Amino acid sequence: MSAVTLAPGSESDVREVLLSEPGPLHIAGGQSRLVATEKKIISTSQLNGIVEYEPGALTMVAKAGTPLSVIKDTLQKENQQLAFEPPEMKHLLSLPGYSTIGGVFSTNASGSRRIQVGAARDHLLGVRFVDGLGRILKNGGRVMKNVTGYDLVKLMAGSWGTLGVITEVSFKVLPIAETQATLRINSCQASILTKAINTPYDVSGTFYDVGSELAYIRIEGFDKSVKYRVEQLLREFSDFEVDILEMEESKKFWHLVNNLEFLKEIKGDLWRVSVKPTDGAKIIEILDPKISFLDWCGGLVWLGVDQGFDVREEMKKVAGHAMCLLGDFEQFHPSSTLEKTLSNSIRNKFDPKMLFNQEILN
Amino acid sequence: MYLTDPDPTILAKKMELVDKLLSFLPRDAVIDDPRETLAYECDALSAYRCPPMVAVLPRTTEEVANIVKICWDLDVPVVPRGSGTSLAGGALPTGDSLVLGVARMNETLEVDYPNRLMRVQTGRTNLSVTGEVESDGFFYAPDPSSQLACAISGNIAMNSGGAHCLKYGVTSNNLLAIKMVTMQGEIIDLGGSHLDASGYDLLGIVCGSEGQLGIVTEATLRILHKPEGALPVLIGYNDSEVAGQCVSDIIKAGVLPVAIEFMDRPCIRATDAFSQAGYPDCEALLIIEVEGSELEIEEQLEKIVAIANKHDPVELRRAKNTDEANRIWLGRKSAFGAMGQINDYMCLDGTIPVSKLPFVLKRISEMSKEFGLDVGNVFHAGDGNMHPLILYNANKPGDLETCEAFGAEILKLCVEVGGCLTGEHGVGIEKRDLMHIQYSGDDLEAQMAIKDVFDPKWLLNPTKVFPLDVSAERRAGAKQETAA
Repeated sequence: MSAVTLAPGSESDVREVLLSEPGPLHIAGGQSRLVATEKKIISTSQLNGIVEYEPGALTMVAKAGTPLSVIKDTLQKENQQLAFEPPEMKHLLSLPGYSTIGGVFSTNASGSRRIQVGAARDHLLGVRFVDGLGRILKNGGRVMKNVTGYDLVKLMAGSWGTLGVITEVSFKVLPIAETQATLRINSCQASILTKAINTPYDVSGTFYDVGSELAYIRIEGFDKSVKYRVEQLLREFSDFEVDILEMEESKKFWHLVNNLEFLKEIKGDLWRVSVKPTDGAKIIEILDPKISFLDWCGGLVWLGVDQGFDVREEMKKVAGHAMCLLGDFEQFHPSSTLEKTLSNSIRNKFDPKMLFNQEILN
Repeated sequence: MYLTDPDPTILAKKMELVDKLLSFLPRDAVIDDPRETLAYECDALSAYRCPPMVAVLPRTTEEVANIVKICWDLDVPVVPRGSGTSLAGGALPTGDSLVLGVARMNETLEVDYPNRLMRVQTGRTNLSVTGEVESDGFFYAPDPSSQLACAISGNIAMNSGGAHCLKYGVTSNNLLAIKMVTMQGEIIDLGGSHLDASGYDLLGIVCGSEGQLGIVTEATLRILHKPEGALPVLIGYNDSEVAGQCVSDIIKAGVLPVAIEFMDRPCIRATDAFSQAGYPDCEALLIIEVEGSELEIEEQLEKIVAIANKHDPVELRRAKNTDEANRIWLGRKSAFGAMGQINDYMCLDGTIPVSKLPFVLKRISEMSKEFGLDVGNVFHAGDGNMHPLILYNANKPGDLETCEAFGAEILKLCVEVGGCLTGEHGVGIEKRDLMHIQYSGDDLEAQMAIKDVFDPKWLLNPTKVFPLDVSAERRAGAKQETAA
């Protein structure tokens, strides 16, 4: 059975839909993540467009359904970017859809630069959303510093559409660096990533390909500065075999990483594990997966394992959480009892009728 | 401002409360003598004072849990307190409350350089956290002006910022995990040494909740490797609009300084007289600091100076060494003290979109004439966080009220131009009645629903953040429910 899609064109239309529909509803942006079936979809596709962009203030306001590619292109013209490098998920799941800015923030999706500039949630400044009671709510704003009242912005970031339909987001943007370079280091130890970040050289990306035993360390900034820092790091890693990916090659490499295209080769189940950076290597030692990659200094582990292999069961001794992206396991990691109780109560306050995304975070 | 009256039924329980506390706390950790509770009567918003019924100074998370459990059972409101440096009255007690101070909880529990984190008890002062790891080349980035005294617990409660957050973010961007005691006395760990949350970002919502959702006893903080060096440049303009344009041009050029500070003429004059920093007498002064190696600093300052020169500055002074850097910062760092020497002052904290700066400064100067009170402006220009300092005379009847009315008008203006009431100080009691300006009834209801979840009896710091009339029913209802 194919799903019925409702695509309200304004915030008040979203409200009308939510007041009249008995649910359950699946909230969708560009449908690059999960495919909803057998239920009604409320789509943000018609909530589309950049509302305000002030390059000199490093802020942008956009409607939730605005395609990520449109945001990126607009920023690029002013030599700015979403510094947390949100991925285009469609490459990973081979879906025809596209990422939207609302989807990026509601899944708190961040790429490799997360270790330097923070996650999506750290760049989200304000939200407007309609909750399960049809209330049009706002929190935060479009300025960078704002501690007025509770930070519901953080709550909405990463809530996966379980608390309301986000209609508009405002966020921080940053300049694109003048140039970049990447050190490719031949090392059998993933701990080289944490060594690199713990220097004064402002590393903006760390990636380790376990199979080929290659570490990638990115430096960005003004030309002279990048040259200087690359030299310093070469000195730091003089015991290793190192080559340098210059600007274009470096860009190309990180583009592949942040569109998760390297994961396409994975057969079997795909897991995304979040742990303390130094535990990344430990996870790989314990699980001995077929394919694995480390990002975020080791704190983000991509695992390709045999179908049906329970990563969560095996990682019990290590603090953190595992998300199953391809496989027959529950997608989200179960939380502690008290955390679960608090989270369920919050969900119940915003969506007492359980209209939204029932199967998520449940 | 109206301060709530103490509830006589709660005051009647004082003996019982003290007895229960003394059953597991040492005598010197329970302060119930009215002469001694005076020490807790206010924070840095010292215009408002009210000693609490009792103050306690626990040493462990378990002691905190036992204390709040007793308060939960007896319906005694709890006011958490770090170092008492809140400028918004966040730690101001009510007469029927128990002040829970974390000052004695100041241990470092873990330092982990490879993972760039450290775990501390939250009574630690902000500066001492950096002090602990500085010799190994690390630092903790959020640096509120009160960093010598303010506690990490208060930084988390208010989501504190500082001068360097343009590059490093505020507390919530540098906080990885907390251990927290809920009002029911349960101990919960939120966040972790990993980088993202698995479910709702409860850590994110506790940070900045002004001590209303729980008592945070331990914090895991992000520490960063120090840059090789930092140097500022001082630029003076005779027009604040031009100074604002200069800031915008620097940012658009792709330079991201760690700090961009702005002072207007009244502030420049006061601080210069106080600190002899040798500032130029001009309309607007910018202090812009960049970081990196010598060569990198050079490269960035060159770009900044080139942009600044296009706007025809009246003075441009580039620091060449630490001594010169300190001289440039001297006046800015003593700005609050300097203004305090002239008069009593109220420090505001609204944030505005950077592009609205010239308009807002013009309006503030017009309002200054209307209200008959002088005002100096010093603020973090990169992120639009303003700190207008309104001068008044506390001994002159009616002056404080005029000053508060003036302050409220400035904050209304901040919201009107697309900004907010408070950028880093918090709402506390100071701005609670202004929350209507920024948020609708539904918006406030949504925030209060979060408090309902964490603190169903509304016992934790209950009279803060929300307008008293808006929270009245919840505060009273919770009490009646338990009485029935």
